[in-house]
Amino acid sequence: MTTDAKPAVTARPGALARAWQASRAIDPRYLIAGLITLVLFVAQFRYHMVGGYERLLLSLAVCTATEAVLSWFDRGKVVNLQSAYISGISLTLLTKPQGAALWPFIIGGFLAISSKYVVRYRDNHLWNPTNFAISALLLLAPDKVSVLSHQFGNDLVTNLVIWFFGLIIATRVGVVHVTLTYLASFLLLTGVRAAALGQPLLPEIAPITGPMYQLFLFFMITDPRTIVRGKKKQIVVTVIIAVVDSLIRLMSDMGVPMPTAFNAAPPLLALAIVGPIAKYFDLRYGNRPPPAAPQAATAAAA
Amino acid sequence: MPPTVPHRPRPAIRRAIITIPFAAALLIAARLNSGPIRSGADATHPGFVLQDATAQAGIRFVHHRPSFDPRIAGIEPHVAGLGAAVSVADFDGDGKPDLYFTDSRFGYPNALYHNKGDGTFEEVAASAGVADLNKPGEGVSMGAVWGDIDNDGREDLLVYRYGYLSLFKNVDGHKFVDITEQAGLHRWVNSNGAIWLDYDRDGLLDLYVTAYFRPIDLWHLETTRIMHNSFEYADNGGKNLLFHNLGGGKFEDVTDRMGVGSTRWTLAAASADFNGDGWPDIYLANDYGPEELYLNDHGRAFKLTTAGLEAESKSGMAVALGDAFNRGKLDAFVTNISERGYIFQNNNLRLNEMTTGQRRFRNVAEGQVADAGWAWGAQFGDFNNDGANELFVANGFISADSSKSYWYAMSKIAGANGALFEDAASWPAFGNASLSGYERSRVYLNRGVAGWVDVAQKVGANDLYDGRAVALADLANNGAVDVIVANQNQPAVLYRDIPDSNNHWIGLQLVGTRSNRSAIGAEVLLEAPGLTQRRVIDGGSGFASQNDRRLHFGLGTREWVDRLVISWPSGEKQIVTRPPIDRIVTITEPARLTP
Repeated sequence: MTTDAKPAVTARPGALARAWQASRAIDPRYLIAGLITLVLFVAQFRYHMVGGYERLLLSLAVCTATEAVLSWFDRGKVVNLQSAYISGISLTLLTKPQGAALWPFIIGGFLAISSKYVVRYRDNHLWNPTNFAISALLLLAPDKVSVLSHQFGNDLVTNLVIWFFGLIIATRVGVVHVTLTYLASFLLLTGVRAAALGQPLLPEIAPITGPMYQLFLFFMITDPRTIVRGKKKQIVVTVIIAVVDSLIRLMSDMGVPMPTAFNAAPPLLALAIVGPIAKYFDLRYGNRPPPAAPQAATAAAA
Repeated sequence: MPPTVPHRPRPAIRRAIITIPFAAALLIAARLNSGPIRSGADATHPGFVLQDATAQAGIRFVHHRPSFDPRIAGIEPHVAGLGAAVSVADFDGDGKPDLYFTDSRFGYPNALYHNKGDGTFEEVAASAGVADLNKPGEGVSMGAVWGDIDNDGREDLLVYRYGYLSLFKNVDGHKFVDITEQAGLHRWVNSNGAIWLDYDRDGLLDLYVTAYFRPIDLWHLETTRIMHNSFEYADNGGKNLLFHNLGGGKFEDVTDRMGVGSTRWTLAAASADFNGDGWPDIYLANDYGPEELYLNDHGRAFKLTTAGLEAESKSGMAVALGDAFNRGKLDAFVTNISERGYIFQNNNLRLNEMTTGQRRFRNVAEGQVADAGWAWGAQFGDFNNDGANELFVANGFISADSSKSYWYAMSKIAGANGALFEDAASWPAFGNASLSGYERSRVYLNRGVAGWVDVAQKVGANDLYDGRAVALADLANNGAVDVIVANQNQPAVLYRDIPDSNNHWIGLQLVGTRSNRSAIGAEVLLEAPGLTQRRVIDGGSGFASQNDRRLHFGLGTREWVDRLVISWPSGEKQIVTRPPIDRIVTITEPARLTP
C-alpha cells in the first residue's frame, strides 16, 4: 500500500510575526534600552530637548560609574549597567535646570543609582531610581530644577511613534497591562474630575501626550524591579497610583497649597508615594518570589 | 594554600557606608536650592543709582490692555497681555529726546511726551495728531518706531497694531499727518514689533514688521483656533513683512522676494551687520520657537541661517544688541521664560562669532543673567559709565490675584498636541489668576569675566509692575542712561540714571547724508586706552521699543578716546580721532565724493 504523502503546507509567517518571534530571543533589557534610545534620538534630533550634550554625558557617566562602584562595593561584582544607562537618559530628558547648572545631573544621577543600594527591603530596592531622583530634586530644589521646559513639539505624529514602539515593547516585556491600566484609569478619573469641576475635558487629558507621562508610563511605573508581583496586584497598584495622581491634580485645581513639585509633576510624585509602599507590603506580606522568570527578573528600567 | 578572599564588610555596614554620600547628596541638593544663584561678580559699589522720577517728570501714562471677542474671554489676559510700548526720538528737533507710549484699549489715547529740557515733559499727542489711534475697525496700538523716511530731517512715526499699520509723516516738528494709504502700508498686521533698516543701502529707510497672530480680526473671530500650534516649534503665526522704501513716501511689499516672511510668532526683531559684510542682517526673537537669523545677501535677498540658534527652542520675547564683553562685536541678549519649579527656559546671552570660522552665536548665559523670571524687554546700557554694558530687563507677565497661579493650568495645556494647543477654547480659563506676576525688574551689573550680578534692588529699580518695553535715553543730555519702562495695564516708569561722577563718557549724534538721515544702522567702534566697544543706532530693539538715537559710551576714568570708526549704512567708513568727551558730539556723514 502506498500512501501519497504530500508535504505539509505551512503558512510563512508575515514580517511582523517574524520580527515578533525574533524579538523573543532578545533580552528585554536591550528592548527597553532600545526604546529609551529611540526616545532620546527623537527628542534630540527633532526637538533639541537635551539642551547640551554635556548634560547627557554627565548623567550617563555619573549613573554608570555609581552603579559600577556601588555594585562592586555591595556585591563584589560589577552588575550590568543597562539600568544605569536608562536612568541616565531619563534624567537628562526630564531634568531642566536653572541657567547652565550641571549639578542636578550629577546629584540626580548619584541619587538615582545610590537609592537602589540604600533604600532597600528584603534585598529589593523600593523606588524606581529615576523616579526617586527626579522627585527628590523637585522637592528639595524646586528653585533650581524643573521638569516641564520641553515637550515633543506638541506633535501628534511623534507621540504616536513613541506610543507605538512603547506599547510593543511593553507587550514584549510583559508589562503592557500596567501601561494600559494607567492610561484607562487616567482617562476615566480625568473625565470624572473635569465633570466634577465643570472644566473642559481636553486640556485635562492633554498632559498624557507629553514626554513626562511617556517616560513615566514606559520606564518608571513598569519597572520590573520595583513593581509588585502578580498581574492582579500590579493592576490594583497602578489604579491606586492613578487615583493619587488625580487627587494631586484635584488639589491643584482647587488651589490647595502644596510644594510646587506636586503641581508640576503629579504622576511622578504619585508613583514616588505609592510605589515604595506597595512594594514594601508586597515584599512583606506577599509570597516569596518564585524563581525569577528570566525576562521579567532581569529587565531593568529607568 | 587556599586563595585569598578579599575582606568585605558585612551587608549592613556596607549599606551604612553608602548611606553617607547618599544623605550628603540630598543635603547638598537642598543647600544648593536655598542659596542665591551663584555669581562671582562683585555687587558692591555698582557705581550708579536709578531714581524713580516718573511723577517728578510729569509722566502720567497708564497703559490699558485691550478686550477682544468674547469667544476667547477665557484666556483674554494672555491674548491681551501685550501692547505697552515706548520709543524715543527727538521729534521736534530741539536736541532733547522725546517719548511716545502706546495704549491698547479702544478710546484710550497714545501719549507723546515732549521733553521740555528742565526734567519735565508735557503730553502733546493730541495736538500732534498721534493720540487717537485705538479705534474699532482699525485696531489697538502695540508699539511704534521712529525713522526719517524721506530724509527731511524730521522723525516720522510708524505705529503697529493688532490691526492696521499707521504711518505718520512729521510735517513740521509739531504736527503729523497720516500717510498710510498713499505709502501703500494700509495692511492689517497683528504685530508686536517693527524696525527700520536700510537693507539695500539706498539711503532710504525700509520697514520690517513682525506679525504675531495671523491677520485676523480679534474682535470678530470666525474660529477660536488662533493660538500657537506648538509650545516649542510654533509656525502658524502671522507672516512678517518687509516693505521697501521706494522714495516719495511710497513702500513696496518685498517680503517674498527677499525671503523674510517668517511665521514663527515673532515678538521682536533687531538689525545690525552681524557678519561684518557691510549689509544689515535681521535677528528675530520668536515666541514658542527658536530664534532666527536672516543674513543679508548684498541687498538682493535674505538667507535664513542656523548660526547655532536652532539648537534651542524657547519663547523669545525681546532681542537687545550690545557689546557684552567689549570685543568689538554686537552680541544678542534674548529674553525667555523661567518660573520656579515649572520651567527654566533661561535667557540667552549669545556672543557674536559670526565673523570667526564658527559663524555662529554662542550662548553663554548662566547664573543670574539666565533667569530673570518671565522676562520681556531688555537693553544694554552703560549705567555707571565704567566702559562696560549693564543689562536692564523688565519682567512679569500677568499680575492679578497673587494667591492664584495659572502655571498649573499652563502646564496642562502646554503638553497638549498642536491641534489642541492652538484652540483658545481648549485652554483652561484664566479667571483672576496671575501668571508670573509681581516680578521685579533686573539690572545686571557687568563685571566682565567675573560675570553678571543683579543689583536692581541696590540701585533702586524696585517696581513690581508687569514690565514690557524698555527704552534707554539720555533725557537730560548729561551723560546718563535713563530708563523708561512701559508696563502692561499699569503706569509707565522713568528711572533717572545717576552714574558715578568720576567716570567720563561720550555721546554721539550721527547725521546721515548718503545714508538715511536718522543714521539708523550706523555702527560705531570706539577705541580708547584699554577699551574697545561697538554700538549700533537701532531702528527698534528690545521688545516694542526703540532707544535714543544718540549713542552713549561710558569711558570709565579714561580721559580721551583714541578714535571712532563709524560704519555708515551707505557702506562708507569714517574715522574720527580724538573726539571731545563728556559731551554729545554731532558727526555728519561725509558727503558723496564726486569723481
